[in-house]
Amino acid sequence: MPTTRIAERPIDVNDEGFLTNYDQWDEDLGAVLAGYAGIQEMTEEHWAVIRFLRADYPARKETATLRRTATVGGFDMKRLFVLFPGKPAKKMSYIAGLPKPKGCV
Amino acid sequence: MRRVVILGGGTAGTMVANKLRAAYPQEQLHLTVVDQDDHHHYQPGYLFLPFGQLAPRQIVRARHSFIPDGVDLVLCGIESVDAKAKTVQLRTGDQLSYDTLIIATGVQPRPEATEGGDGPEVGKSVHHFYDLAAAESLQEAMRTFRGGRLVIHITEMPIKCPVAPLEFTFLADAFFADKKIRKKVEIVYVTPLDGAFTKPIASRELGDALAKRNIALETDFAIERIDNETKEIVSFDDRHIPFDLLVTVPLNMGPDYIAASGLGDENNFVPCDQGTMQSLADPDIFVLGDGGTLKTSKAGSVAHFAVDIFMENFPDYLAGRQLTHNFDGHANCFIETGHGKGMLLDFNYETQPYTGAFPLPVVGPMTLLKETPANHWAKVAFRWVYWNLLITGRPLPFTADMYLMGKKVEDTASGTSTKDLLLGLFGRRKHGGSAVTAPKASARPTLPSSAAGKPAAKSSARPASRPAARPAAKSAAPAAPVPAYVAQKGVDSTADAASVLPDPILPKF
Repeated sequence: MPTTRIAERPIDVNDEGFLTNYDQWDEDLGAVLAGYAGIQEMTEEHWAVIRFLRADYPARKETATLRRTATVGGFDMKRLFVLFPGKPAKKMSYIAGLPKPKGCV
Repeated sequence: MRRVVILGGGTAGTMVANKLRAAYPQEQLHLTVVDQDDHHHYQPGYLFLPFGQLAPRQIVRARHSFIPDGVDLVLCGIESVDAKAKTVQLRTGDQLSYDTLIIATGVQPRPEATEGGDGPEVGKSVHHFYDLAAAESLQEAMRTFRGGRLVIHITEMPIKCPVAPLEFTFLADAFFADKKIRKKVEIVYVTPLDGAFTKPIASRELGDALAKRNIALETDFAIERIDNETKEIVSFDDRHIPFDLLVTVPLNMGPDYIAASGLGDENNFVPCDQGTMQSLADPDIFVLGDGGTLKTSKAGSVAHFAVDIFMENFPDYLAGRQLTHNFDGHANCFIETGHGKGMLLDFNYETQPYTGAFPLPVVGPMTLLKETPANHWAKVAFRWVYWNLLITGRPLPFTADMYLMGKKVEDTASGTSTKDLLLGLFGRRKHGGSAVTAPKASARPTLPSSAAGKPAAKSSARPASRPAARPAAKSAAPAAPVPAYVAQKGVDSTADAASVLPDPILPKF
């Protein structure tokens, strides 16, 4: 697993660039990651989603899928596509410093 | 005497009932299997039905004939499980008490979970093949299809037998070619994934197989609804794909009794340990087959390997000891590619499917991830193996542990395919090969020369197989160049960030 420099800190990531250490993340870092994901401004609405993902992860050791974010987190699916355009699941998990949700195999 | 109740008499349930009965006398274990009916379906057969290659009578047999003597078979729906009281409430109002519960009720297709999935076009232009009735109805639609746009679509992962929609696509291509109307049929494969398959090398090989057949691939498609009126599928980001014939794979969910019992997640999958298949909520509940949350395929081969591990752990479980055998997520599957050929995939949690050869005793090596007639015949023969060996718990020449012998292990990060057999024998390598050979970064120039590393190899290693039909919705990804981090693996994370560490790796969005 490589270590890279993000926001002048050493951050452990996987080969694809996703963070591998839950505890290396904070919201300042999340804002930088958001920039890399093409989201220049993180609104409260963005953060609410990211905070849900962060809170949901530790017990399950798995990043919430879009469906889970919508059904369990209570977010509107269509809105997620507006907030994180293109590949919402991938962007959300990247910004939250969590693994990409398993599309499984 | 310990009472073991097995919910579900399908592949996993039947298999484990047979193995437990053979391993433990009736005085020690009382075994009960509960299922709602007496029809055991050979589910891989659904795939062939739409093409007229199998008949329903080859797919359905009597459930009770595969349940061994000395096992009670209760044919009844399940209302709920009370894990605290250790009882199963049946639809008849009866109750079963257990000491150990095995959940093997799998997952089922839920067409109605997608808006329009239960609309007026269902059975006309909207079909699936994930149960017998639907597959039979699709057979008629395929037989009478005279041309137009065929859309094969996956609602959401995970699904049972994740390669089945690809197989359907390959078989449809061959089917229409045989009918001499392939030129009149446009085939589009629509997936929520970012490639033809989840794992990089398989995704590349399968993506190539699609491109070779002139099948368009539409990725990252999260469906919002099936529009029955305009006959198109619409994504949340407003892509519209019109169809004349839609073959969709509906959302797969566990049965409702799981939700009623508070044992499942939002898809009614039962959260379980990745190694032991033990429920995370209750150590006296195990999940075998598709119904759990194993991060591997929902497939018969996985059920088979997982049951083997379960059996190895069972003596320790009975004795109240720590369970020591751990499932590695091993799965293998034959992929029908049409015209009498097939591919073979073999993988587990850590190792993605590679090309190469799969050592199979007696029969000889099978070719991995390449189309060969032998792989097709192996799949055809498997139906016999299923009914006569697999579910009755007889030994098969496949082991629960996956081996790298024969596999061409590729380093997907650097895009090379040279590290094969020998490297594999030194131990299981995660894909993208970490630790083993990567030198410390301090020994490397900060910007690797072309001799030292393979800059930008990451991008070239991605499946370059996205033909035609990719309308508008490409996201505006940041245009930053991919940094040449590949040669800098294994950097010491305690080092001074500013001076040593490479720039961030940017995922492709």
